[in-house]
Order: sequence, then C-alpha cells, then structure tokens
Amino acid sequence: MHNKTIAELGAGLRAGEFSSVELTRHFLARIDSLDEGLNCYITVTPDVALQAAEAADQRISAGDAGPLTGIPIAQKDIFCTQGVKTSCGSRMLDSFISPYDATVVERLNAAGVVMLGKANMDEFAMGSSNETSFYGPVRNPWDRERVPGGSSGGSAALVAARLAVAATGTDTGGSIRQPAALCGITGLKPTYGRVSRYGMIAFASSLDQGGPMTRSAEDAALMLQVMAGFDPRDSTSAEEPLPDFSAGLNDSLQGLKIGLPKEFFDEGLDAGVAASVEAAIEEYRKLGAEVVEISLPNTHLAVPTYYVVAPAECSSNLSRFDGVRYGYRCEAPKDLEDLYKRSRGEGFGEEVKRRIMIGTYALSAGYYDAYYLKAQKTRHLISDDFKAAFEQVDVIMGPSTPTTAFGLGEKADDPVTMYLNDIYTIAANLAGLPGMSVPVEPVEGMPVGLQLIGNYFAEAKLLNVAHKLQQATDWHRLAPEGC
Amino acid sequence: MSLDRSDIEKIAHLARMAVDEDRIEGYATDLSNILGLVAQMDDVETDDVTPMAHPLHMAQRLRVDEVTEVNRREDFQAIAPKVESDLYLVPKVIE
Repeated sequence: MHNKTIAELGAGLRAGEFSSVELTRHFLARIDSLDEGLNCYITVTPDVALQAAEAADQRISAGDAGPLTGIPIAQKDIFCTQGVKTSCGSRMLDSFISPYDATVVERLNAAGVVMLGKANMDEFAMGSSNETSFYGPVRNPWDRERVPGGSSGGSAALVAARLAVAATGTDTGGSIRQPAALCGITGLKPTYGRVSRYGMIAFASSLDQGGPMTRSAEDAALMLQVMAGFDPRDSTSAEEPLPDFSAGLNDSLQGLKIGLPKEFFDEGLDAGVAASVEAAIEEYRKLGAEVVEISLPNTHLAVPTYYVVAPAECSSNLSRFDGVRYGYRCEAPKDLEDLYKRSRGEGFGEEVKRRIMIGTYALSAGYYDAYYLKAQKTRHLISDDFKAAFEQVDVIMGPSTPTTAFGLGEKADDPVTMYLNDIYTIAANLAGLPGMSVPVEPVEGMPVGLQLIGNYFAEAKLLNVAHKLQQATDWHRLAPEGC
Repeated sequence: MSLDRSDIEKIAHLARMAVDEDRIEGYATDLSNILGLVAQMDDVETDDVTPMAHPLHMAQRLRVDEVTEVNRREDFQAIAPKVESDLYLVPKVIE
C-alpha cells in the first residue's frame, strides 16, 4: 500500500478498496517501526491524523472527495499548524504551539489530506544536509551514514522511505530540489509568489517558496493544484491565473527545445552524476526533444550573491525572535538587553548565528553599497541570463547537485564547502523561476537528480516534461532497501 | 575581507545576540571565509546595472482600508513566555 502514489491511492480510496483510516494506520505503524533510525519526523500527530482520516472517509462515502482526500502526508515543520508544535527545527521554537494555520496547511486540510506529522529540517531552513536541526540529523534512507540533503531533509527522506505518500517543502536556495535529488524523489519549487508564504516561517523573503515533494510528477501536479494560488494575506503572492496542472501532463514533447547551460557541466560536476544526467537527456531526445547548448555566463555569481541576499534578509526576519512574545526566553535576565542577547544566543544554533551575523554585517552602516546593493545588481545579471536563455529554449536542464549524498559530518565544519552544494539550484531562486528535481539513474546505489528550470509560471510545462520522462523510465519507482 | 575578534563582538552586539567567548575566534574565521566567497561578486562591473529587489518586479499591492482580522489577544498571550494582567513582561527598563 505504501508503494502507491497519490494518484493510485486516491483511486483506491474512492473505489472503496480501503479506507483512509486503514491507510493512515498503515503509515503510522511504519513511522513507529522505521523512523527511529531515520529521524524524519520532529512531531508525529496520530490523533490529528486519525480524526482527519475519519472525516475523509465520510467525505469519500458522501461522494465529496477530491484527489487528495484521505491521503496521508507530512508538513515540513516550517509551516504553522494550529494547535500543533511548529519548531522550524530550532530550540527557539521548541515550545511554540502555533495559534493559526499557514495558508498551505489550510488549503491542504480543506482538500482533506491527513497530516501524519511535522517533518525534520535544518534550523530555520538554513542548511544543505539537515545537520543543523535542533532535533538531530535525518539519515538518508539509501545509506544511513549519509545526509538526506536540506533544508527539507526530513520531507525528502520520509517520502523516499514511504513514511508518508508526499510532503511539503520550502526552497530558498535549493531546499526542495537538493534533498529531492539526494533522496531519489520528485521535488518542485514553483515560481516565486505562486504558493503563499503566509504562515511559512520566513527565512529570506525575496527567495522563499513552498512546494510539493512527491514520488512522481503526476503527484506533484495534484499537490501543487491545492497549494498554489493567490492569497491576499501574502503581500508578494502572485495574482496569476491557476492552470489545471494535470491537464497537460501527457502532452507530446516533439519539438521541445531543451537548453543545457555549459556552466552546469563544469569541472565541479561528478563524472557519475554527469553520465546519469546525460542518459536522461538521451531519453528526451528519443521523446522528440531538441537539445542545444546554452550559456548562463553569470552562474559563478549565484552563490556569492545568495550569501549576501539570504543572510541580509534572514538577519532582518529573525530579529522578531526576542524572547518577549513567543519562543525561547533565557532564565533570569538582568535587564532588557540581556534578555534579548541571551534568549537569541541560547535559542539559535551555530549556522543560524553565522547567517544572522553575516547579514547584520552586510547591512551595517558603511557596508550596504558594497554588499547588499552590489548583490542586488549581480542578481539582476543572473536573472537577465535566464531571460536571454528562454528566448531560445523552452526548458533548461542540468544536474540538481554536483555529487550524490555526502557523509554525515563530512562538511558540517566548513560552511563554505557546504554552501557550494547548492551551486546549481540557487540561480533559479535569485531569478524567481520555477525548478524541479526528478530522479534519474543512480550512481553506486545512490540517487541522482535531474534539474529542470522553466520560465515564469510555467510549472505545468515542467510537470509535463518530468511526467513524460517518468512514463518512459522507471527511475522514480526505485525504493531504498528495507523501505 | 578579514574579520577579527572585535568585529565579531561588534556584529553580535548589533544583532543583540550573545555568542560564546570560546566560539568568537571560530566565527571570525568562518565569517571571513564566507566574505571571501562573497567577494567574487566584485569580479564584475555593475555600475550601470539597476538593483533587483524583487524577482517579479512587482509593485506593492494595496488593499482596502477595512478591518479584516479579529482580536485574538488571549490566543497570542497564551504562547508568550511571560505575561501578567494582559501585558508582556520584560525586565524593568526605567529606573
């Protein structure tokens, strides 16, 4: 039952082959027996889940079920869930019970999903290995001595390990696509503004975007259909018409123009990963696509630009955590400044502190022009590269990550080496473009992701392109041993 | 750009964030390395480039000036670390 997709399980539920309560109990039992070794969940919510499952079963028997009704999923612990602990992977919010639901949560609940629990993640979504979580690292289900990627590491690992059918994630510099690649699942970061950020704890507001993490493109389309759409409560929500994301999944790729940026296939790319990506591109040639080499000449500026913009915005966003209104508060503060300083010093972990300090420095008097203003300009150059590329091609493809999953602890002490993991994913965030990662041929038993980048609001096209590959190949159906 | 001990102390103060004494040297090294990475931005000339503040170049949306939120004071105070008589408590500020 746990190897089935949303599309397959939804059909089974509506045909009365099994109930949502049965399905939910099945997944809760799997979490019980398997999650101790993986640490995918920060909080498991059996009561909430069974209540939602009963309600879903009533809707199904009343003939009022949608594609997601009764489907067990996990929410990344960055999304506020009313009455349920929302920690964002941080000691700062270890005792925080959200008083409201994020728009994404509200919409998925209204569609009848069953929330099994809250997924582990890097603290405040800052990390590429899930090792910065206050709740300990998540282990990669394909090899437990390796990281699952991050920051949506819990979401990716639990979907790969079949501890839920799907999960939500968020992506500021690659946090959906990179863990999806390292865990062998399908992840979609929509266009900036497509999915509401209301109730999604802010990291870098001009980059953050929520999206689905699933086992197929078909499932990602079903999830996105519910998650996306204009929300007046998010001031940067896009007022764009919402297409039917499933309608064009089977459209022919005859004549599709795929651009391969030569900068994505440089000396930093592992040879095995390169070969897997090439094999997938070959499948696209067979499907009738035309493949051309393109150039995104400012690609080398993406990581440097990101490490000004993201920390600057994070230092501003995280100033709200002051030990006064919610979250962690230090013991016996001697004055107000001591309250602020120790609550923040004790509540935040190392990586979050590093980024707050970088951002504070970049925004401090005398340095603004050299850092933040400069980064906004290089960001424009990166964005213009894509604009020029999309005049020639329909979709850009390349690797999601330079290597397969690395070892736990291997890069944890060297922030700069860790940052370079996101070298291929960051540019899409800076430009605000939609991107996907889909599983391709594994290398030495470890998953590899093919990255697809589309034009603004072209998620339906990306899903179509990903789905056609998944119709022609079985890479997305591979499961880790013992799961 | 290389940062030293006193830079870290100054930045941590600006961020109102305590840092462990024995971690200051480590932060100085880490932050200097990150700024070294960031300095690659200086390889390109950007005098004539307009800064990009928003990925979609959108204008800020305005809304009608109407009350849309209900008062949920009790819910919000229930999750505060320290409240008394409907007020958030902080250490004494005025002597």
